[in-house]
Amino acid sequence: MALEIVDLCVNCWACLPLCPNQAIQASQPHFEIDPQSCTECLGNFARPQCAEICPVEGAIVDELGEALYPPGSLTPHTCMQGAAPPA
Amino acid sequence: MPSPALIPPASNTLAFPTGGCSASRCGASANQHDGLPEETMRKVQDHPCYSEEAHHHFARMHVAVAPACNIQCNYCNRKYDCSNESRPGVVSEVLSPAQAVKKVLAVASAIPQMSVLGIAGPGDALANPTRTFEVFAALQQRAPDLKLCLSTNGLMLPEYVDQIAAAKVDHVTITINCVDADIGAQIYPWIFWRNRRIQGREAAEVLIAQQQKGLEMLVARGILVKVNSVMIPGINDEHLKEVSRLVRAKGAFLHNVMPLISDPAHGTWFGLNAQRGPTSEELEALQDACAGDMNMMRHCRQCRADAVGMLGEDRGEEFSLEKIESMHIDEVAAMQRRIALREAINADLQTKRAARHAQVITLHHRAKPAGRPVRMAVASRGAQIDLHFGHAKEFMVYEVDAAGHRFIGIRRAAQYCGGETDCGEAETTLSRTITALADCEVLLCSRIGIEPWGKLEAAGIQPNSEHAMEAIDTALDEVWQTMLAQGKLAEQARNGQRRA
Repeated sequence: MALEIVDLCVNCWACLPLCPNQAIQASQPHFEIDPQSCTECLGNFARPQCAEICPVEGAIVDELGEALYPPGSLTPHTCMQGAAPPA
Repeated sequence: MPSPALIPPASNTLAFPTGGCSASRCGASANQHDGLPEETMRKVQDHPCYSEEAHHHFARMHVAVAPACNIQCNYCNRKYDCSNESRPGVVSEVLSPAQAVKKVLAVASAIPQMSVLGIAGPGDALANPTRTFEVFAALQQRAPDLKLCLSTNGLMLPEYVDQIAAAKVDHVTITINCVDADIGAQIYPWIFWRNRRIQGREAAEVLIAQQQKGLEMLVARGILVKVNSVMIPGINDEHLKEVSRLVRAKGAFLHNVMPLISDPAHGTWFGLNAQRGPTSEELEALQDACAGDMNMMRHCRQCRADAVGMLGEDRGEEFSLEKIESMHIDEVAAMQRRIALREAINADLQTKRAARHAQVITLHHRAKPAGRPVRMAVASRGAQIDLHFGHAKEFMVYEVDAAGHRFIGIRRAAQYCGGETDCGEAETTLSRTITALADCEVLLCSRIGIEPWGKLEAAGIQPNSEHAMEAIDTALDEVWQTMLAQGKLAEQARNGQRRA
């Protein structure tokens, strides 16, 4: 079992220091998870740390290709106020 | 409220973007120093971001060693990496701690005015604690004369306050946009907390509690705290008055209210959803309202997380990794040069401060002369009027009257972005600059072309290059006195030129 970073990744570094297995590498064009090292944080944390901190919806997927935080899941829920341009 | 005891795993860095303001970029108004306690004064007198006066004479740099961030702000997009952009959260290259130390020593050797090293991102300094403190420890050894500061969103602050004190960091900037979780929920969609993501109001509650606790702990340890706030019209603008009162009561020494930078092209939630930033009038009105409560900083340039040089300039490109590799640096000699220059500048400023006090006393004994206040814009790299109008990326705006001058704020010039695509033709660019300076009646610069001269004049802004290379302080007063002598200051300002 392993998670995967897809090309939505913006290389923001947030995930890299959190991985309990040091499975994440700063690669180009985007960061990568070594599938041999990734445990999906089982035994270390209740939830996969990379996915918990990733700011991009859909950037981290499981073995079935399912996003851990799919589109819409990180969208601010509050309605916008004061959004009108100045008179 | 959540308890603040968090235990990140050993390898953990909490990550999140402070989009707000990165550490060094902020300051207070013109004569702010005169009322500060002696010890605070000593700490800020050569810090360009904390002191409006110092920012004319001293330089700062940020090193981009802290990429990760542990919260999301609706005004921040983590994707940005552009050499043509200048704003918080933007950098060209992330440095390793060793590269950062080398860069600092190179810059501090080449620019003896350098007095401050800040870590401000591009993520959050305390979401990258290992990297951040490694840089501080090395510099404490190799360039102990440099002041160290960091900028943080505050989430991990209580956890690291003791390490901050041990690293001899004496200035910390916390970005505090609210003290009310309902407002916070409109600014922060989520935070990373205790190994999981939390969203909505709960996230804002935790963040606010951590920020306030961190502020109190820093003040208790004698570490100077500046608070940055991003003014977001319709969301936290009114609320920031309360924030200002509260953080002052808790011992923050300076409050820096900055305008939201919002543009769909930046890809931020606010930018994409038409949340506007404040007009310069709205910003000023809020700064004035908060100023009754505490020192306000008005010269903040909202710089990049890898900015180098005097405030308002960025010499980062001169110190790319490739270039500093080939530089020879005598660290000891460089430090001696810095210390000598700093002493000379501070002695000079001390003399000027004494003169200012004398002037105030004199004025009190005279009848107040007639003459309304006038706003003037200045193109400058530092303390002199030394910039061509067309080269200015920003203008410093002052209000001048018989009692002297008061710094109002920074206005950005509209500019070509310098990238491959044209951002607009010259005509539009100039008219946008004129709009930004609409409340000014005078523009001081070292030189200016005929065409912009005519357009400025037509817009009611008198260009003036007669004071090229003179000190800003004296030129402002001279120009005002000349206007007074010419009888231009008796009547009310032109309609629409000044706020009532």
